[in-house]
Amino acid sequence: MTLAEPDLALNSVSKSFGANQASVLEGLNLSVKRGEFLVLVGASGCGKTTLLNLIADLDTPTSGVISKRRSATLMFQDSALMPWLSAGKNVELALNLGGLAKKERKEKAQELLKLVNLEQSYEKRPHELSGGMRQRVAIARALAQKSGILLMDEPFAALDAITRDLLHDEIARVWRENGLTIVFVTHNVREAVRLGERVLLMSSRPGRFIKEWVIDIPEPRRIDSSEVALLAREITDELREEIGRHA
Amino acid sequence: MHSEHLPTDLARVEKGLDALETREGSGTKFREKLLKVLSPFIAITIFVLIWQAVITFKNIPSYILPAPVQVFRALQHQWNLGALQHALLRSLSRGVSGFVFAILVATPLGLLLGLNRTLRTIFGPILLGLQQLPSVAWVPAAIVWFGLSPATIFAVILLGAVPSIANGLISGIDQIPPIYLSVAKVLQADRWQKIRHFILPAAWPGFLAGLEQGWAFAWRSLMAAELIAVSPALGIGIGQLLDAGRQLGDMALVIGAIFLIMTVGICIEKIFFAPMRARTLRNRGLMR
Repeated sequence: MTLAEPDLALNSVSKSFGANQASVLEGLNLSVKRGEFLVLVGASGCGKTTLLNLIADLDTPTSGVISKRRSATLMFQDSALMPWLSAGKNVELALNLGGLAKKERKEKAQELLKLVNLEQSYEKRPHELSGGMRQRVAIARALAQKSGILLMDEPFAALDAITRDLLHDEIARVWRENGLTIVFVTHNVREAVRLGERVLLMSSRPGRFIKEWVIDIPEPRRIDSSEVALLAREITDELREEIGRHA
Repeated sequence: MHSEHLPTDLARVEKGLDALETREGSGTKFREKLLKVLSPFIAITIFVLIWQAVITFKNIPSYILPAPVQVFRALQHQWNLGALQHALLRSLSRGVSGFVFAILVATPLGLLLGLNRTLRTIFGPILLGLQQLPSVAWVPAAIVWFGLSPATIFAVILLGAVPSIANGLISGIDQIPPIYLSVAKVLQADRWQKIRHFILPAAWPGFLAGLEQGWAFAWRSLMAAELIAVSPALGIGIGQLLDAGRQLGDMALVIGAIFLIMTVGICIEKIFFAPMRARTLRNRGLMR
């Protein structure tokens, strides 16, 4: 295994539900480098969620091969924290299922919550936290799994703009500090350009990769900067054209 | 010029936003708590006053409806004999042990049917049917099978409580949001971990409702069995006390025993189930 081998590779991956149904995903080829932040953009029905489910082993492809050099964990749009557990206990659960001994769990969970600036909220229940805080706990829980690949399915779509902005900075920092490979799915083009090193546009029905952009805007990026806006406009135009094809 | 996003900057803004977006929970006021504790006593007082008023103004004879003070005296008499305490203890111990055993039977049953679709299709309707059947209907059959023995009483309690508890658990499992099971898969929980850390806790509210109903049915089944299965071998529980009152034509004792049955039911509900239900709802943010 050389350093050049991708962390995640898709080889002609297709998925259809049911024998006579049209393909949701068709012939996807993808190579994601270790430590890369890849963003997938597309309209509804492009199979973004299905694709993440396949990579996370929640479902199996109809054909094609997915190979991963590191394990992958998935984050949803809903933080999906267990409501009967406190924030800290939610992270401890992930550590428990990952095989960490009981006496080490609390300290490790506190450490992970500190990473996302939530060490004060250890005892709080999910319903006592705001949406943004819940997603940060979900990030801590994902990090607890020590997976190298983080799959994120529109995790910030349900949040208000101020919180989303903060979480962009947060996830960018977590990404840099932990050497994660991230595959981030969104329909928000600006978010895609703000976060990604590479953006792939997906077509809808069936889902295919149709265009790719490499984002070489330097860090730190701001979602309201002119470079981000310019590139976002270019991608949006392509996206609109793709959507228009279905009319 | 782009300013550097220092980590401390981000942390400060985040903490500020967190503080703005969360508010402290408000505790229950003292007056509300006081009302909750006193409410059964207030209700009983009002009820007793109405009862006395009805007897006085409608001139009802005591063999049909005795006055509150007569019922009290009948119970006091049994207390002085030691029979009341004995009956209470006997019924409670039977009821509680039968209920606990019912939980041990119903929980794996509920899990099995809740998680296995085939078994559910086959046995689910039987369980639902059993829940509709009043346990008093089982008493004659149980007497034939087990004689006038404690086994009869336990059998009737089980047949009354198990379907409710199992159905409660099944219902709780049905209502688990699918995303929790996706999380279980993502966190790589094996089958037993999934049941222990995700399914049982998520199904707990439904299960608790099933336990509450199961207790009510267990207590009712017990009273039905005690009322019908009367023999020296079985001793005197509250049901047998009620039947003794009937045989002696002691209406005050009959009414007294009825109140006793209701009081135990209410006490168990208020002491065990209501706080559990309140805590479950509050902990999950489901309390208004």
